[in-house]
Amino acid sequence: MTANSTVLSVQDLSAYYYTLNGWVRAAESVTFDVEMGQAMGLAGESGCGKTTVAMSLLKILPRGGRIRKGKIIFDGEDLVPLSENEMRKRRWKGISIVFQGAMSAFNPVYKVGDQIAEAIKTHESGVSKADVEERIAKLLETVGIEPSRADNYPHEFSGGMRQRALIAMALAANPKMLIADEPGTALDVIVQAQTLKLLRDLKDRLGLSMIMISHDLSIIAETCEKVAIMYAGRIVEYGDAVSIFKNPMHPYTQGLIKAFPSIKGERVRLTSIPGTPPDLIHPPPACRFNPRCPYVMDICKKIDPQLVEHGEKNHLAACHLY
Amino acid sequence: MPGHVDSEEVLKIEDLRKWYPLRRGFFETLLSRDELNVKAVDGISFTVRKGEVLALAGESGSGKTTTGKVLLRLVKPTSGSIFFQGKDITKLSEKELKPLRREMQIVFQDPFESLNPRMTIKEIVAEPIRVQHASANEAELEEMVKKALSDVEVVPPEEFLYRFPHELSGGQRQRVAVARAFVLGPSFIVADEPVSMLDVSIRAEILNLMVDLVKKSSASIIYITHDIALAKHISDRIGVMYLGKMMEMGGSQTIVDLPLHPYTQALIAAVPVPDPESKRTQNVISGEIPSPVFPPSGCRFHTRCPYAHTRCTKEEPALVEVEKDHYVACHLYT
Ligand SMILES: Nc1ncnc2c1ncn2[C@@H]1O[C@H](COP(=O)(O)OP(=O)(O)OP(=O)(O)O)[C@@H](O)[C@H]1O
Ligand SMILES: Nc1ncnc2c1ncn2[C@@H]1O[C@H](COP(=O)(O)OP(=O)(O)OP(=O)(O)O)[C@@H](O)[C@H]1O
Ligand code: SF4
Ligand SMILES: [Mg+2]
Ligand SMILES: [Mg+2]
Repeated sequence: MTANSTVLSVQDLSAYYYTLNGWVRAAESVTFDVEMGQAMGLAGESGCGKTTVAMSLLKILPRGGRIRKGKIIFDGEDLVPLSENEMRKRRWKGISIVFQGAMSAFNPVYKVGDQIAEAIKTHESGVSKADVEERIAKLLETVGIEPSRADNYPHEFSGGMRQRALIAMALAANPKMLIADEPGTALDVIVQAQTLKLLRDLKDRLGLSMIMISHDLSIIAETCEKVAIMYAGRIVEYGDAVSIFKNPMHPYTQGLIKAFPSIKGERVRLTSIPGTPPDLIHPPPACRFNPRCPYVMDICKKIDPQLVEHGEKNHLAACHLY
Repeated sequence: MPGHVDSEEVLKIEDLRKWYPLRRGFFETLLSRDELNVKAVDGISFTVRKGEVLALAGESGSGKTTTGKVLLRLVKPTSGSIFFQGKDITKLSEKELKPLRREMQIVFQDPFESLNPRMTIKEIVAEPIRVQHASANEAELEEMVKKALSDVEVVPPEEFLYRFPHELSGGQRQRVAVARAFVLGPSFIVADEPVSMLDVSIRAEILNLMVDLVKKSSASIIYITHDIALAKHISDRIGVMYLGKMMEMGGSQTIVDLPLHPYTQALIAAVPVPDPESKRTQNVISGEIPSPVFPPSGCRFHTRCPYAHTRCTKEEPALVEVEKDHYVACHLYT
């Protein structure tokens, strides 16, 4: 699947957390590609493993978290075997991340500009003070913040501005790829729309490749060319956004799309996916969605469905119905 | 004014205001003696009809939660009046309000903050019963709690009575919050939804449940949300608030499909749609909501409105009925 323009190719990646009750299998055999200058959306319910995948790519899993197997080919090189020292050179420059929860990501006691300066100096040694200042001004301008605001403390910024400043910080080392984890989720609609517009503009202007993580399918639909739908640690459907939204194949994707009422059209009763998300320490056997699936068959409890194409090109689903 | 006489109205508010005095440092007070206020709710009027779901939408800081709290008399209004079932409750004392509290409930739809972590599910749901002395004895109380839990499909209820909130899933916790609000059979509920609800599927489930409970008992509900797309589907009417004012109010389908107020139009344009081939929110209005301490003159939206003209900066537009049951506060229509 590795074409010339593929920046990132994640292959069969599993990441677990060790707990007293056993291993939490938060990401299981995850496989996807991100093309140069494109955005890939990672969507799914709370707790399905989206952030775990993001942290695995940067190898910044919290204590207890471990990559168990798989490859992360970034820019032609597998990151999995790299040492922490070697990773440090690739983080922020290669792949950078805007963390979930913009409100708390800044240190409240330092000025925003100083925190961005720290980010620049960490990635590049020997930059002059004047250079750093110029870079900060330029970064802030890029995300639409008046450069003079660099002297403000985080609490003097509105939620939307803090989100922008975080994006600026993630861009400090000119990364090739940006991961945005739930951008705008804690913001209200208008500020969220402004943030999404900014991310789209940045992608086009800087030729960034992106991974957009969101539980909100509409956000993914608005920003991504490709989509991976995650359920209980697994990718259950993957492919071109248009194809997936028009013709969702996996019953989970179908349920998820239906649970988002569209602002267009007639009023309808909301639908939800019956049942509860599974325990990831003891996930259901074979297809992890089988206890909640309206079409469940015997085979679904016995054999793991593979993520493969079913007729339509660039549209993969892991489901025995096909 | 949306508060026209209607025998079926449950709640009516007239020119309601809630100003919070701005706390300032000693030196700031020396510099200026003028009292400064956060004008959280600044003169709104509407009615809630029997059996209806009324959604309040608007950006963060527009005054939705404050409106909900003031009209339940959880905070004191600065001015204006509140009528509940035809009775003026604006100035009632807490003691006089107590019997009415049975009828009016609030649900905070945040499963992590709204339930006391040290109380069992039984005690959480029983709290309003105990406060109101609504049960004759312990056995009756337990029956009421069990029925409330069954109504929200936390079943079998016996299995949950002695659990603590952390032993429940997020969805179950929300159901318990709903059970507590409905246990005394209220006729009026305010449901306040936080900004980030990560689980759409759970949210849909809870909303359906509440709407069904409301319709079954002909109670009424004010549903506070950022999500105007969702409001369209679950509510009968929508009120759009901005900086403490009601900008537009009307039937849900009308408000979303044919919005008249430029602010409502902006809110709707900002909603992402789950269709990759559809518009990509290119024309988002810029800027952020101004300070409610010094709201803009005239129409409060004029600083961000693409249609603002001179009159808008000087004269405050009144909320007028431009077609049946559709109210707009904008000079474009007067
Ligand atoms: N440090 C940890 N130790 C143990 N389990 C963890 C840890 N972090 C996350 N998990 C578990 O791993 C699973 C995946 O979590 P993750 O944060 O990746 O989900 P997510 O899809 O990002 O969810 P959300 O949408 O809520 O952000 C969850 O079941 C979670 O409880
Ligand atoms: N107790 C208070 N003291 C002072 N100001 C307050 C208080 N409560 C709310 N405010 C202010 O009143 C305004 C309206 O707040 P409110 O919480 O009603 O808005 P909201 O529409 O519910 O916003 P959100 O969507 O973020 O919940 C805001 O500017 C807020 O900061
Ligand atoms: S009154 Fe004027 S400023 Fe206000 S919304 Fe209407 S056109 Fe815009
Ligand atoms: Mg996450
Ligand atoms: Mg609120």
